[in-house]
Formats: sequence, C-alpha cells, structure tokens
Amino acid sequence: MNNIPLNTLTETPRSPKQPIVQLSHVHKSFNVGEPTEVEVLHGIDLVLRAGEFVAVMGPSGSGKSTLLNIVGLLDRPTQGQLQITGLETTTLDDKALTQLRGRSIGFVFQYHHLIGAFSALENVMLPMVGMQGYPTAAIEKRALDLMDSVGLLQWRDHPATRLSGGQQQRVAVARALIMQPALLLADEPTGNLDTKSADAVFELFRQVNREHGTAVLLVTHNPLMAQRCDRIIQVVDGMVSG
Amino acid sequence: MLLSRLQPFEWIVASRFLREGRMQSLFITVGVAIGVAVIVFMSALLQGLQANLVKRVLTAQPHIQILPPKEKVRIQHGQDGALHADQVQAPLQRLKSIDQWQAVLNLLRAMPDVRVASPAVTGSTFIMRGAASRSLSLTAVNLAVYQQIVNLSDKVVAGQARLGTNDILIGTELAADMGVGVGDKLLVQSATGASNHFVIAGILDLGNKSANQRSGFVSLHSGQSLLGYPGGVTSIDITVQDVYAAEEVAQRLQAQTHLQADSWIKNNAQFFSAVKSQSLANTAIRFFVGLSVAFGIASVLVVSVVQRSKEIGILRAMGISRGQVMRVFLLQGGLLGLGGALIGCALGILALQMWLQIARTPEGTPMFAVTTDFWMLSGALALATLSGLLAALAPAMRAARLDPVVAIRG
Repeated sequence: MNNIPLNTLTETPRSPKQPIVQLSHVHKSFNVGEPTEVEVLHGIDLVLRAGEFVAVMGPSGSGKSTLLNIVGLLDRPTQGQLQITGLETTTLDDKALTQLRGRSIGFVFQYHHLIGAFSALENVMLPMVGMQGYPTAAIEKRALDLMDSVGLLQWRDHPATRLSGGQQQRVAVARALIMQPALLLADEPTGNLDTKSADAVFELFRQVNREHGTAVLLVTHNPLMAQRCDRIIQVVDGMVSG
Repeated sequence: MLLSRLQPFEWIVASRFLREGRMQSLFITVGVAIGVAVIVFMSALLQGLQANLVKRVLTAQPHIQILPPKEKVRIQHGQDGALHADQVQAPLQRLKSIDQWQAVLNLLRAMPDVRVASPAVTGSTFIMRGAASRSLSLTAVNLAVYQQIVNLSDKVVAGQARLGTNDILIGTELAADMGVGVGDKLLVQSATGASNHFVIAGILDLGNKSANQRSGFVSLHSGQSLLGYPGGVTSIDITVQDVYAAEEVAQRLQAQTHLQADSWIKNNAQFFSAVKSQSLANTAIRFFVGLSVAFGIASVLVVSVVQRSKEIGILRAMGISRGQVMRVFLLQGGLLGLGGALIGCALGILALQMWLQIARTPEGTPMFAVTTDFWMLSGALALATLSGLLAALAPAMRAARLDPVVAIRG
C-alpha cells in the first residue's frame, strides 16, 4: 500500500504556475494482450498549471474522455507517468488513488449524475461526508455557501432529481467544488443545456478558476466556449496538439 | 433532513437507498418477515410440544436410577488358562441392596450435576382385602426427598400425599379394583411372606392406567422391613441439572461408583430418538427458511446494484472507496434482514397467541405451554440479520468492483 502524506491530500497547492497535472509519454490501450488490442492515446505529454483554464477539443472517438478519465485517476495509463499535484500516481494502489481523487479532483459530467435519494444540498455535502473526519456543521456551511454561489440556495432541500437540467448541473458543479479541489475536470458539462444555462455553468467554472486558482480541464465541442478558455488543446487520433 | 453528524456515511447512503426504492424494500421486508414469523412460530410450537412431552415422561420417573451392578458368572479357568465349560448360563438377577449406599448417596449429593438424590426400596408384593387380591409394585421412599423428583402431591386425587409408618398411597385403578378409599386398611404381603397392614392416606392418578393399576408407595422404613432389606436400599433415584445431559452424567456416575446407572434417555430410547428427530426437522425448517430469506435479499440487492451502477460510479469518482461502497450494500442486506426479522418476530408471537386461543383441550385450557423466550427471538433476529449480510456479500462485492468509468458511461 502506498501511503500519501496527509498534507498532500489536504493542502492543495495553489501557487501560480505550479503544475497540477503532468503527463509524460502517456499511452492508453484497451484489451491489452488480446487480438482486439487498440491504443487510444499515443504518448501524450501535457502540463496543466494552477490557475489555468484549458479547453480540450477534438472529434468524437479521438480520446478526449479517455484522457480525462486518466487525468481524473478513474483509469490508469498503460505506459507513461502521471503526476497530480506533484505526486506520481502510476505507482499508487487503488485506495491511495481514491483518496487523492476525492481530495484533489472534482468532476462534472455531461449528465449531472446527481444521486436521487438525496436533496440538492445533501448531494453537495456527500463527497465531504464520505471523506470522513470533517465536522458536519463545517460541511453544511461550505455546502450552503456553494449552493448560494451557484444561485440555488432556495432549492437546497428539493430532491435533486426534481430540479431542471440547468439547476441540476449547477448542483453538480457545487458538488465538484465542495472539497476545494486543485483540479476540476468537466466532460462536456454544458452539452445538454440551453445557451443561457450553459453560459451560467461556464461562468461558474471561470469564477472558481479565478477566485481559487483551481485548474480547469474542460472537454467541449463548443468552439465559442473553448475560445473563452486560456488555452485550447486539440486531441486528434490520440495525440495532443496546442 | 440533514445528514446527521452521528451517522456514518455508509449508514446514511444505505438507508437512503432503501428508502428511495421503498416498494422493493417493502416487498423483501415482508418476505423476510414471513420467513422469520414461520421460524418463530414453528420453533416455539415444537419447543413447547417437546418440553411438554419430556415433562410428561419425566414427571413419573427419575432422570437417572442407580442400581446394584448386574450379577455376572465367574468363569472358572484351569491352570492351563483354558475354559473348562461347555456352556455359560446367565445368572439370575437377585434383588439386592446397594453396598455402602449411604456413602454412595453422600457422594452423589456432592456432585454438581446432581440436583436431588433419593434412596428407594422397590419390590413386588400382593395387596389383599377380604377375598380380593392384586399384585402391587411397591416403592418405599423418603417422601420429603422423593417429592423433589416425582411430585406425588400433584397426583393426589383423594386424601393427601403423606407417608407415615403405616400409610400407603395407591393408584386410582387399584383403589377402584379393591373397592377402597382414603382411610381404609389394606394388607400388603411381600414375596417372602412378610406382611403389614397399611392405611390408605391418598389415592394417586399417575397419568397412566397400567401404573394406576399396580403402583403403591410406602415410607422407606416400612418398605425396608416389609421387603426384607433392613437398613438397605435397592436403588437411588436422581434428578440432574440438565435433563438432556442425563446419559452423559449416568455414564460418569457408573464409572465413579461401579454401580449400574440407567438414564431416562437410555430407558426411553425410542422416545428420545423421536425428540431428536423433531429437533432435526426444526433445524432443517429454520435452515431452508433462512436460505429462502437470503436468496430473496440477494436478488433484490443484485437488481439494486445494476440499477444504481451510475450512482456507484459517481460515488467512486467523488473519492468514495471500494470498501465504503461494499459496506453500503452489506448494510442494506443487514437492515433488510433486521427490519424483516423485527416484524417477523412480532408476527410470529401474534400467530402463537392466535394458535393458543384456537388449540385448546375440551376443558378450555391450552393443550400445552408455549413460550417465546428471549434467546429464541434473539436467535431469529441474529439469523435473519446474518442471512441478510451474507446474502448482500456477492452484490456488495460486485458493486465494489464496478469500474467507475464503465459505470458512469452506463
């Protein structure tokens, strides 16, 4: 078991220009060793620094989501190195990866995936409750602040799945931010929203990025949205350009 | 609402998942409850029936009877060691007194397994009144001690349980056959010709026609004189702490005293075998009901894991560990088992009360005592909860092993 120092997990580095994500020669293959083996990512090198807001674009099937899953520690590279907040992750076991993911990375998916058994506020609180060791009152206060900042304070006790699509995605953003992660990963978060809601969600990302120095990696098919980011990375056939 | 600070994460998620799928939870809880109710009802009924049967058997006999050792033939061997007999005939078993019986009695009374030990003299006699006579199986006892083994006071239908020097207690059928009642005199004659007059102090119903036709009780001293065992006893009757351990205790006593020790289990081998078979059948019923409860819970949780795979993926992406996910589903299994068991225990007790109202003797009293003791209910609760946990193991492991990427993608 690889133990991660506690301060690495709880104190996310936010000094400007400090690398949050570093990929070196990352390859990813599926069905390794089988006749159907296919390589999706071909030696990706990428650095994402604190405070950066980067858009990832590319055609469907180019490897964007696979890249995001690897950066989000949901999947492991077949080859290469991946550092998150300066910590080499390819040697970590599943438990350590889970801890690091929970404390340093926030996810927002195209489909909000809120948990229907909980209210909007509870959905926001859930990751921190699951981490354990935080006083409930502090969790609740932080969740209420986040609900307020996404403009949904009055909907806090509503069952999560009874909110509108845009509202649910804003709850998902608040949930992704509850741990004050160093890195926010968003996989087409506005893909199912109308223009106004999409704009509101994007502005939320921007605000978090500016106010807290959270690095944001945003997968999008929307070129207008991508242009509003600091940098655009193109993923084509498993290779990165830009 | 809110997520209570007192509840661990796994508990919160498990209980919310169960509440959200309330129809599924309700149906499986009812299923578990019916299973547990069957276990409680059947167990209490069979235990009550068994206890009643054992009680009936043991109210008229001691748990262990200590007797003099059987007489054996001493085979003569020649100087060459060869057996010089064509045929060995089994010896006659004379009635005889237990050697050093008072020392044996003291030894028995000092043993922790032994509750009561009562010396007795038994023998065959004739009872005579005018021209009528009947055979009488006479038991001579110290009534105060013997009552702790066989409570004769409970069996008295006329007169009282009293054994003075000239008192005798006889069975109802014998009293009817001889045309006697309480206060009448009887002549009792032993096989050796000794005789004595006794006054009937009480008439007993021993619960068995044959026993009522041939049984009589006199005081130990009177019996010793009449039956020709002055100062001696032919048996020591014993009750032990655990009736079901009587055979083991008997074997130990036999080894220690070198006397013959017959337990009620040995004397009633067929009955005891029937009781054991009944217990086995009860265990089999519990096992199969437990199994069906477990499969019911497992099937619901397997479906739940499939239905919630996206949510499990999200929880994993949020940093929830495989262990936590596993515990969420294990807890659901345990809660379904426990919840169903609590309702099932209540249903079982209710069914028993109804049964007690329906199944009554012609006199209107319950056929036998049925009790639902704490340990049986605790056992049913533990069994159902454990079944729930075990049933949840496979779905929980499946949930824990879900690849978050695959789960989220659906």
